[in-house]
Amino acid sequence: MSVLASVADVVAAGCLLAGAFLCLTAGVGLVRFPDVLSRMHAGTKPQVLGVLLVMVGGAIRLHGLAATWMLLLVAAFQLITAPVSAHMISRVAYRRRHVRRDLLLVDELSDAGGRDSVYRGDEPADAPPEHPAQALPESRREDQEERENGSQSS
Amino acid sequence: MSVEPAGSRLRHQLPLLVWLVVVWILLWGTWSWANVVSGVTVALVVMLLLPLPPVVGATRVRPLPLLLFVGHFLVDLVVSGAQVAWRALGPGGAQQGAIVRVQLRVDSDLLLTVVAETLSLVPGSLVLDLDRESRLISIHLLHVDDLADVERQKADVLATEERIVRAFGTAEDIASLETGRLTGRTTR
Repeated sequence: MSVLASVADVVAAGCLLAGAFLCLTAGVGLVRFPDVLSRMHAGTKPQVLGVLLVMVGGAIRLHGLAATWMLLLVAAFQLITAPVSAHMISRVAYRRRHVRRDLLLVDELSDAGGRDSVYRGDEPADAPPEHPAQALPESRREDQEERENGSQSS
Repeated sequence: MSVEPAGSRLRHQLPLLVWLVVVWILLWGTWSWANVVSGVTVALVVMLLLPLPPVVGATRVRPLPLLLFVGHFLVDLVVSGAQVAWRALGPGGAQQGAIVRVQLRVDSDLLLTVVAETLSLVPGSLVLDLDRESRLISIHLLHVDDLADVERQKADVLATEERIVRAFGTAEDIASLETGRLTGRTTR
């Protein structure tokens, strides 16, 4: 009986340590990864697995069904909600062009046509144009139009 | 919200009610009739104050494919955690990512949600955008070696979708999997 209990203790301790270590790597990843999108990877994956491992460790160590059910609930909500927040943040980051394009091998989302490639309307004011060679003549043309409109109205 | 017969509305909302009551009882930690009654009351208030559209489309759960899916998912979760942890700690870092679009084949809100959730949790992929009309999903990949690796990860996405549909989808959804594969081949 005591052997069984000590084995359970060792397993629980292993789970808790592994989970804590994964949460640590998530923190390191947040610092070391180059842009928002890759940081979201660090923020969701090792952290979800880490929390799950901590839950398993806690479920083994804590006695009583109430605690186990509560941990199960936490795990379920963790799995359901983590991808949603990661998705929302990365979607906004992509649309506002906080993306290191030099680190991307392919970008099929921007290649897919039907979108204004010069100004998309929701980008930060200090973002460089996506296609400089196109953007310059385009903005000159817009300036020209603006001047013509101004002379008409006056 | 459109006008719906009371009977079918109740049937659509029943799973939500049961789920809310179960969460309530789990939060209290003990099972008693008082908890059940108060749980039902709270759930009804929540559902009246914050109405949700019903989840359209029936699903059926097949035990064996479900087991296959859950097993794959758990393995993927561990592998994904280890990979991202290694990228965070190791000397390489994340130097080359990719954003890919994949043409999915299922046409069901619920299944697409499950696919997107699963993809966000498994190795190196993060859902950026899901075009519901044309069923195009855009995914950011944390690390790719080369173009062949990109193709391989796209194939993985389709394999994940197939496992999910086989586990939860109706016969119709599984059929759309087959036809989608055929049309996918002809257009390529």
